[in-house]
Amino acid sequence: MPEKFDVIVVGAGPAGSACALVTAKAGLKVLLVERGEYPGSKNVMGGVLYRKQLEELIPEFWKEAPLERPVIEQRFWMMDKESVVSFGYKGLEWGIEPYNNFTVLRAQFDQWFAQKAVEAGALLINETVVTECIVENGKVIGIRTDRPDGEIFADVVVLADGVNSLLSKQLGFHKEFRPDEVALTVMEVINMPKEKINDRFNLEDNQGCTIEIFGDSTKGNLGTAFLYTNKDSLNIGVGTTLSSMIKAKLKPYDLLDYLKTHPMVKQILQGGESAEYLAHLIPEGGFRSVPKVSGNGVLVIGDAAQLVNAIHREGSNMAMNSGKMAAEAIIKAKERNDFSESGLSSYREALYNSFIMKDLEKYKDAAHTFEKYPQYFKEYVPMMNKAMSKFFTVDGTPKREKQKQIMKSITAERGTIRVIQDMYRAWKAVK
Amino acid sequence: MSTKNLEEKQYLLRFRCDTKSHLTVLDHDVCMTQCPDKLCTVFCPAEVYKWEGKRMQVGYEGCHECGSCRIGCPYENIKWEYPKGGHGIVFRMA
Repeated sequence: MPEKFDVIVVGAGPAGSACALVTAKAGLKVLLVERGEYPGSKNVMGGVLYRKQLEELIPEFWKEAPLERPVIEQRFWMMDKESVVSFGYKGLEWGIEPYNNFTVLRAQFDQWFAQKAVEAGALLINETVVTECIVENGKVIGIRTDRPDGEIFADVVVLADGVNSLLSKQLGFHKEFRPDEVALTVMEVINMPKEKINDRFNLEDNQGCTIEIFGDSTKGNLGTAFLYTNKDSLNIGVGTTLSSMIKAKLKPYDLLDYLKTHPMVKQILQGGESAEYLAHLIPEGGFRSVPKVSGNGVLVIGDAAQLVNAIHREGSNMAMNSGKMAAEAIIKAKERNDFSESGLSSYREALYNSFIMKDLEKYKDAAHTFEKYPQYFKEYVPMMNKAMSKFFTVDGTPKREKQKQIMKSITAERGTIRVIQDMYRAWKAVK
Repeated sequence: MSTKNLEEKQYLLRFRCDTKSHLTVLDHDVCMTQCPDKLCTVFCPAEVYKWEGKRMQVGYEGCHECGSCRIGCPYENIKWEYPKGGHGIVFRMA
């Protein structure tokens, strides 16, 4: 008789390890399956991890986790070809406990986090691909792996297999995603001495800065670029929806090199040493793209469930939170020994009542709006730059006259009614 | 040095290559006759796909396993699987 577990979690990323940690802590027999050489070896993220949801799992984790820098400054750049309009917030309260968010390097962080699940009692096996769920009488009862004699059974299988969740697709929980539901993002880690980073970003050793860059960073296409500070490296990356990449016939690495050599960026990177290049998809379809998240003997969490808030760059925190909610549902189901869809339904309820689905619901039209109406990135960012340049250039024109000229040039370019429509539409999409 | 092109970027990476491709172009005629743009050769972040006049060459060894080709191929002509456990790309940092 093959071995049977209470829970099998597929994928040792933030969602999977969180779920394994909580279920193992409750005394359940948990198997955590990872396809990579080690947890994190297949995983990529720009690098911002929010504190709150991990703290709920591991109090004061910042005292032991491999983190880079707590972020004390968040900047936003509206970038044109030779200029940038910037705003942001820097607050020292983010630099002290309990912190707001941290930059992390995932290959290190994910190993640490999976290890916490192991310490709680979960069994981790690496280098194992789950090829399919074993379904019997409409219920998932285990997994088939690419190992010899690779069938393993459990009361519940949790799919935390990431943005390319072939397993939830196989179960018919969602169709193949469309190119406008995913963002193709590439990034580089660039090594740089700590002192240089501190000087260039006006930071102290244990302070970090993040910059989100819109506009020319994606050549006006729907997407963003980012530049984050690690301890002694920078993460610089850029992504657009796959559909935008296709429409504009962009090569993602060319876009990254365009960004790295952009006159507003290149001095910051000067002298840096490229250490790694990484590509990944981000599930950005939002509320409407969230698949079926629970079935008989099976739950879906993290990226596999499309739980990403692209507007607020939140994903890993939502992954952890969904993992925790799934774990709590499994613990309840175990008490009643009912692992049917209705027995596990408290996960779906908890998820839809949480900040995760509330936030995704709030922005449910945003991606679609900005994809359908490209003027926000293509036209308004350059307009803002021109307006700022004009307003702050002292040339003897009275300021009131300047304001009039700026307004005129904007409405002349887009037309007054269209400007009003654009503003209303944007407000509606994010209200 | 900061990289200047894809070749330099790919050179930074560690791969544990399988001997068998995890990516399969199902019908090369579809690429030839129906797909003038050969989109996968454009958006693939590792230039895994190269059109060789009659067939699509698949350099799976340099694949980041991002999934873009599976979703982005307009003809669903790419069979996409995960490489065997422990194989494929090994990210060491981010």
